Amino acid sequence: MSTTNGVAHAQKTWREKVGLAEMLKGGVIMDVVTPEQARIAEDAGAVAVMALERVPADIRVQGGVARMSDPDLINGIKAAVSIPVMAKCRIGHFVEAEILQALEVDFIDESEVLTPADVANHVDKHQFTVPFVCGARNLGEALRRCAEGAAMIRTKGEAGTGDVVEAVRHMRTIMAEIRQVQGAREDELYVLAKEHQAPLELIREVHQLGKLPVPNFSAGGIATPADAALMMKLGAETVFVGSGIFKSGDPAKRAKAIVESVLFYEDAKKLAEISAGLGEAMVGINVAAIPDRELLAPRGW
Amino acid sequence: MAPVADVVGVLAVQGDFEKHLVAFRRCGVPDDRLRLVKTTEHLAGVDRLVLPGGESTTVGLLLQRFGLGPALIEFAQEGKPMWGTCMGMIMMAARVEDRKQYSLGVLDVTVRRNAFGAQVHSFEVDVPFKPLDETVTGVFIRAPIVVESGPAVEVLSEYEGKVVAVRQGNLVGTSFHPELTDDTSLHRWFLGL
Repeated sequence: MSTTNGVAHAQKTWREKVGLAEMLKGGVIMDVVTPEQARIAEDAGAVAVMALERVPADIRVQGGVARMSDPDLINGIKAAVSIPVMAKCRIGHFVEAEILQALEVDFIDESEVLTPADVANHVDKHQFTVPFVCGARNLGEALRRCAEGAAMIRTKGEAGTGDVVEAVRHMRTIMAEIRQVQGAREDELYVLAKEHQAPLELIREVHQLGKLPVPNFSAGGIATPADAALMMKLGAETVFVGSGIFKSGDPAKRAKAIVESVLFYEDAKKLAEISAGLGEAMVGINVAAIPDRELLAPRGW
Repeated sequence: MAPVADVVGVLAVQGDFEKHLVAFRRCGVPDDRLRLVKTTEHLAGVDRLVLPGGESTTVGLLLQRFGLGPALIEFAQEGKPMWGTCMGMIMMAARVEDRKQYSLGVLDVTVRRNAFGAQVHSFEVDVPFKPLDETVTGVFIRAPIVVESGPAVEVLSEYEGKVVAVRQGNLVGTSFHPELTDDTSLHRWFLGL
């Protein structure tokens, strides 16, 4: 690479990191736990897969400490598909992240679905050549992750529930806060930076762009084509579907339908056709019925 | 530069199509001359078309499922300008190395997907581009290359001996993503085809 100094290198790396996130727009990223599932996802039209040992729904049921997946599992899934492969590290666990980078995964999700390894610090993502995606519930959290070097944000939702309510809450919150920053006077941006606990430069960028500095995807509780289309209408640029596919009655069919729903999210007639005859959706858990201490979204700060 | 009346389409099935729209706006194409193409109906009236970056397996499946594929093949065969960046070039190719996957088959080349490896090997470098006097910034993201091409295909750019841009009549393919840079020279050149 023709770089002359560290700064130039970082900037160039940055463009490729965000660039890959751009390539994933308008697609569906699916959680998979085996190479067979990865192939089903690819054949259904997934733009990427997330290689995991357990989907979030199982992590909820089984409990215990959830960690980075076994490298053998990740390599097996990488060998099975041609689309990008993502993997999760624990919040703040930069050694897991270094291992995932050494495995050459295409994206790292520093994820609240795994048990956090650090109660204060997230991974310094600028130190990596592999791009990162991080969860967020509001604009301030999203911009703090961007400041640390995240190349993509996903609204957290509440993973492993099949209940879209938190995904909606987080997306509406972020979009409303973006509109507020966009509409503010220049001289109000200082206070907005303070209120959102976000760097002033990034608040300025949101003010100018009317969007996050990086692509904004949606995750956590999406189980049907209608859920996926809802998130796209609310401003998501791509959706992650975790437990929703392989915890349903007919994963291949549902995966295909959710891919189609992201393409035709504005066309209710097509969505009606797409939604028909998919078999059972994942049973799911009402988020309202989950005790506070078992919620995943509040992890990360 | 293309006649003002030209309608410029960007295939919007999946991928970074918005970035191409932004680039064409910066070239001075007015909004009412820009079309996002998701269905066969959207293609009607489009004079030149870009196939953006994205995931070729996803886009291939959706083109097959919703019948846009044959319409795109017809579009290319009519001699209308078509430009594929990265995934778009894979989608236009006649052959994808070592894989059975759907492509339009209009460009007489064999492409190798992910020719430089996983995302950590993505890179940015200035490359020559034959029709222009100056080099252009090549952003290569899990990029494909052309490993074999037919007699009607002209090589427009090579990087370290690898073919990264080709032209066959009004069909153009680039391994890299000019739409991710601030340089609109390739977009301007395409509008003049």
